[in-house]
Amino acid sequence: MTDTALPAALAEIQEEFLALEQRDRLQLLLEFSHELPALPERYADHPDLLERVVECQSPVFLFVEVDDDRIVHVFVTAPKEAPTTRGFASILVQGLAGLTVDEVLAVPQDYPLEIGLTEAVSPLRIRGMMALLGRIQRQVVEKSTEVSQPGGS
Amino acid sequence: MPIETDPSTAFAAFAHPERLVSSSWLADHLGQPGLVVVESDEDVLLYETGHIEGAVKIDWHTDLNDPVTRDYLDGAGFAKLVGSKGIARDTTVVIYGDKNNWWAAYALWVFTLFGHEDVRLLDGAHPKWEAEGRPYTTEVPTPTAVDYPVVERDDVTYRAFKEQVLEHLGKPLIDVRSPEEYSGERTHMPAYPEEGALRGGHIPTAKSVPWARAVAEDGSFKSRPELEAIYLGEAGLKPGDDVIAYCRIGERSSHTWFALTYLLGFEGVRNYDGSWTEWGSAVRVPIVKGTEPGTL
Repeated sequence: MTDTALPAALAEIQEEFLALEQRDRLQLLLEFSHELPALPERYADHPDLLERVVECQSPVFLFVEVDDDRIVHVFVTAPKEAPTTRGFASILVQGLAGLTVDEVLAVPQDYPLEIGLTEAVSPLRIRGMMALLGRIQRQVVEKSTEVSQPGGS
Repeated sequence: MPIETDPSTAFAAFAHPERLVSSSWLADHLGQPGLVVVESDEDVLLYETGHIEGAVKIDWHTDLNDPVTRDYLDGAGFAKLVGSKGIARDTTVVIYGDKNNWWAAYALWVFTLFGHEDVRLLDGAHPKWEAEGRPYTTEVPTPTAVDYPVVERDDVTYRAFKEQVLEHLGKPLIDVRSPEEYSGERTHMPAYPEEGALRGGHIPTAKSVPWARAVAEDGSFKSRPELEAIYLGEAGLKPGDDVIAYCRIGERSSHTWFALTYLLGFEGVRNYDGSWTEWGSAVRVPIVKGTEPGTL
């Protein structure tokens, strides 16, 4: 386990899930799915700016911003017919909120496997969440390079 | 069958119209004793966001799979599962689910392995139910558990293992995956996680008929003439053929198994649930790459 390295919000979410019975973990994931914020207007009108997460089992799009203070902002959209994916996205959006580039990149890639959902949700489905995290981290690398090296690719 | 079948003329041309019910039939029969409605989805939370009144949930990953061995639950496990959902041996079961009944067809296939006689699909599933303005509820029913007999699973009639596929080579095979998976450009389906096949391509001589071609725009099954044009015309199946269908893990091919068996009346169709995640990683089995079926 990598608890000590986890940012506070992600650690708190993990504890919340692990404290529950299997059946209740699904309910909590459902609550997270309701909490996924809508896209800001600047992206709502520009679906071309969003990256499709092809590993997810439903149309999922994400966009990452890195601001001047090297704080990461993550935006994800997924359809209402895909509440599980919305729940995964919501956990990451909430858990990564306000973190710096370095903190986001330090999140272990197996975090989705460590929040007690493999039994209730199945390992196969969890892979979609790992892909989501992986793409967020890759975009953070790309975007943070852009910030420090203006004019870069 | 304990509950009358749907007399809808839309189903009359199918070989086994009793295997489908329409949304209006289901709405009229909801709550009738002897009927249990089952929702079976790709998305494990979709049922929780709203389902047809009285429907129980059976999840493929967490309910129907054995948690350790790559296999389905056994007779005792199936009896315990469905008994807990209020399903007796003579219950009429109607299954529906997301992705055009893809996982619903998979669940129906597993019910069939256990010889459950009266199991039907809701034609059109969510899209039709919603298009007709029919309601969902989030209220989860609490069925009274009933006794279901422990029945040994029949792994012969409708299920094929790798060895049977090897013996079958030379007879018709239908590959229901996407064209990119068939050709070997990719080893997993578009938009899905990598599931670990080491090689790409298809089983030699298999014809490519992506499963969703059996589905019409509104989410219901296409008509019999349309299905015949695809499976008999394009894929060249002949009445009486023994057919094996496969995909990635056996889920999409359950949908094709349903269409061939119950809509077109083929009697010797088996689903190879090991599918590409097994074949594409097995040692020394023949594989063809590219868009042509290839030869043995």
